[in-house]
Amino acid sequence: MKTNIGVTSLFRILRAPFKRVNMLWYILLFQITPCWINAQEEILNKESDTIMPIDLEEVILISARKELDYQKQPKPLSSLDEYLELSQKVGMIKRGAYAWEPALNNMTSERLSVTIDGMRIFGACTDKMDPITSYVDVSNLAKAHVASGQQGSEYGTCIGGAIDLELDKSNFRETGFKASLEDAFETNNQLVVLGAEANYSNSDFYVDGDIIYRKAENYTAGNGEEIDFSQYTKYNISVNAGYKIDENKAITATTIYDEARDVGYPALPMDVSLARALIASVGFEQNTIGVFSDWKSKVYFNKVTHVMDDSQRPDVPIRMDMPGWSDTYGFFSEINLKIKKQDFLIKWDGFYNKSLAEMTMYPNNPNENPMFMLTWPDVRTWNTGLYAEDKISFKKSSLKLSTRLAVQNNNVADDFGLNSLRIFYPNMEESKTRVLKSVSVQYHKHLDPIHINAGVSYGERAPSVSEGYGFYLFNSFDNHDYIGDPNLKNEQAIEANAKISLEKAKLNIALEGNIFRMPNYIIGEVNTSLSTMTIGADGVKIYENLEYADLINVSVNTEYKVLPELTWSGSISYHQGKDDTDRNLPFISPVSYQSGIQYNKNSFSGAITMKGAGKQVNFSPEFGEDKTSDYIVFSLTLGKTFYLANDLVYAKAGVENVFDKYYSTYTDWKNVPRMGRNFFITFSYKIN
Amino acid sequence: MKTIKLIFTAIILSTIFVSCSSDDDEIIANPMEGFNLVTSFDANNHSIELYSKKNDFNIGYNEVYIRIKDIGSKSYVSQSEISWMPMMHMTQMEHSCPKSTLTITEDKTVSKGFMVFQMPGNADEYWDITITYTINGEEFTAKKTIDVISPADGKQKISTFMGSDGTRYVLTMTAPTEPKVAINDFTAMLFKMENMMTFPVVEDYKITIDPRMPSMGNHSSPNNEDLSYDAASKMYKGKLSLTMTGYWKINLKLLNESQEVLKGEDVTVDNLESSLFFEIEF
Repeated sequence: MKTNIGVTSLFRILRAPFKRVNMLWYILLFQITPCWINAQEEILNKESDTIMPIDLEEVILISARKELDYQKQPKPLSSLDEYLELSQKVGMIKRGAYAWEPALNNMTSERLSVTIDGMRIFGACTDKMDPITSYVDVSNLAKAHVASGQQGSEYGTCIGGAIDLELDKSNFRETGFKASLEDAFETNNQLVVLGAEANYSNSDFYVDGDIIYRKAENYTAGNGEEIDFSQYTKYNISVNAGYKIDENKAITATTIYDEARDVGYPALPMDVSLARALIASVGFEQNTIGVFSDWKSKVYFNKVTHVMDDSQRPDVPIRMDMPGWSDTYGFFSEINLKIKKQDFLIKWDGFYNKSLAEMTMYPNNPNENPMFMLTWPDVRTWNTGLYAEDKISFKKSSLKLSTRLAVQNNNVADDFGLNSLRIFYPNMEESKTRVLKSVSVQYHKHLDPIHINAGVSYGERAPSVSEGYGFYLFNSFDNHDYIGDPNLKNEQAIEANAKISLEKAKLNIALEGNIFRMPNYIIGEVNTSLSTMTIGADGVKIYENLEYADLINVSVNTEYKVLPELTWSGSISYHQGKDDTDRNLPFISPVSYQSGIQYNKNSFSGAITMKGAGKQVNFSPEFGEDKTSDYIVFSLTLGKTFYLANDLVYAKAGVENVFDKYYSTYTDWKNVPRMGRNFFITFSYKIN
Repeated sequence: MKTIKLIFTAIILSTIFVSCSSDDDEIIANPMEGFNLVTSFDANNHSIELYSKKNDFNIGYNEVYIRIKDIGSKSYVSQSEISWMPMMHMTQMEHSCPKSTLTITEDKTVSKGFMVFQMPGNADEYWDITITYTINGEEFTAKKTIDVISPADGKQKISTFMGSDGTRYVLTMTAPTEPKVAINDFTAMLFKMENMMTFPVVEDYKITIDPRMPSMGNHSSPNNEDLSYDAASKMYKGKLSLTMTGYWKINLKLLNESQEVLKGEDVTVDNLESSLFFEIEF
């Protein structure tokens, strides 16, 4: 029996009315490898038992741990970043080969809520070189939940949506002891991946442990050009455990330790000598409590250390160190209530974050004192919120109402930093409190074989630490120093989304789109009266509220089952982002498309995929963007399962960028070229 | 509950103790607490003590406190009239320096003033100071050679120059003495050299400021405020923004009442510094 959870692969499911149709073609559309239909159905069925088909949430399955279904993963040991990039809604902004920054609906970190098992974590790098997705690995994860717009407000205050990375746990399944070894090699950057895991689980107790190590050298772009400073080394260890106090109650605990060293960032003027995170939590779960059910609570903390340095760079105008620290303490507690056709969820959550970053520059004259500043002035953020939703089922339709009300206080704890900011804002208060509101209505109608989804919502967010309190943060893309403004107004978003899909046995077609009107949109604007700090910078930008900005995303996805074992998928999407004066916003995708053919039979799988984008016509010159050229790249994968002395071995090999195309996309910081032709091979050995 | 009571008692007791001890301090308080005795010398059966916040007399602005101790009674004398005259003995000539009159502070045993030394002493040239004071109607004079040195960091806090109006000026920075990454209160004093002995304060001119970091692309800082004359303190006052620690060159321009530039130039891409400047390193 194939349980859904064990099924490995990266496919996203719209947990929605589309059921199998949807999944199918999602899988096909955007993935290199399509999924196994049975598995998909199972997943859907299971989901529909517990969740009403209203959440327009995309689920990217990552872990193959519990069941061996490697066919479903195009590249089983690829990085989490590569998995996320396969999602239609998620783009990954690259500053190098490591630690890509997720963008959802063409919006990045500050407009998203990115969580690990519901835990808030904030990167410690002022230059966004450590998105929190870089502090976990595929070895830890079961799924990534991608919720668009205010559908993500369950996880935290957001505008563009939420990405929740769900940790992989045995969860009291009666699987006994299991272990596996994993190994992968890639030719382009001599990437070596070594992984091992061991799990023990019974109905009262489980413990899962895993370790993974990755080491890569510089990669080579399509024309044979070696991209200097694109190497990285990292390892990740995690342990999860759970204990059932009685049939109704369980306690769980999680620890993740992640450390990356010698990480190059070819698009940036600096590298990272250390990026380290310790993530820990203790949870309590109770199945029923009176009329309520599924009571889940968790307390957590995490500690992120990030050390930027330029000691490997041969030629810099001035040497500098830029360490940063981000510590977060948080909790949440949620409970369900089902009354007839209504399903309520209430969640209370909160976190306290300390963000501190400093910069020390060493003058070329060694007799001069170093130049020191606090680039994040020890900002303490305290945020607590109440989230409530109600899903109401009608005949052939359903309605979801949700709301979040949060209070956020920012306090500048360091006098040095406060005085620094008061150079720009002499009357600035050290503390500022904001109230953040969100409401959303989502409706789904089923007119077989057509499904219609539509929703409207309103949300608000507070400025990020950089936007509110950043002090001379250099952005190498637009070549400007950035200064925060603590008096910024909250950014708002009014969002409308709609989706119409046709779901037949062999054919799925879906058209979906969303539009965001964002009053008080926060962006850096040039202030010509200010003197640049960074040597060679073109100017200084201060974060400001624009009157508004608009974002539109539209996509068409199709999937067609040519034969039971052969599936074709294709998708095309259009995006537009403009501000109140009709200027283009940065990081907006050009027209992009994907298409693939997937073959699965018995123990064999194969796929050919094609991915491309049109010319980036609507670029933002103010942000340093240019007209990135169009491109098409092709990939090929083959997989085979076999047994070795009763243990299962899975091998998968493939080639990415088959024709060694030299290209870069709109998400590549300063147009750093992407990897050229790359052969990969992965082995997985399961000891049962 | 017991524990809480105990803690409470401890807090109350310690508060009482602390307040008592601070009372004691006040009784025996030394008015020169926190100052350095830079030099002292004996004359007329008195020991004359010169104090400063700094360890030495430096070129530039020096705030100086004077106490006179009766050697016989070992007690400090309440001052009534006191004046001073610093003098530089150069190989070819002698001159004094800009200085204030001495004023007697609330504690009558302490008088206070400032001297602005334009140059350090050396092997052949030296400063001395003559102090004239009256005790019980009797006037005394005491004279002592003093060491005036350049500050250890070698940073320029004073400038003596010829203005475009043909007048010789002395401009000295008086604050910040402890610069911070912040908007600092920035003060300076401007004197005209009328003759070798007379240096009156120049009123109502203007000094523009342009702080720069030569080691970091010669960048500037925002929200500085040019120096303007404050009649009450006889100083020029403004605001100086320092966005980071390190070496700052404060480029200056001196303008008279008619806004004519007497000294200094704008900093531009081609002209990286003004000929009139102060330096700060922290």
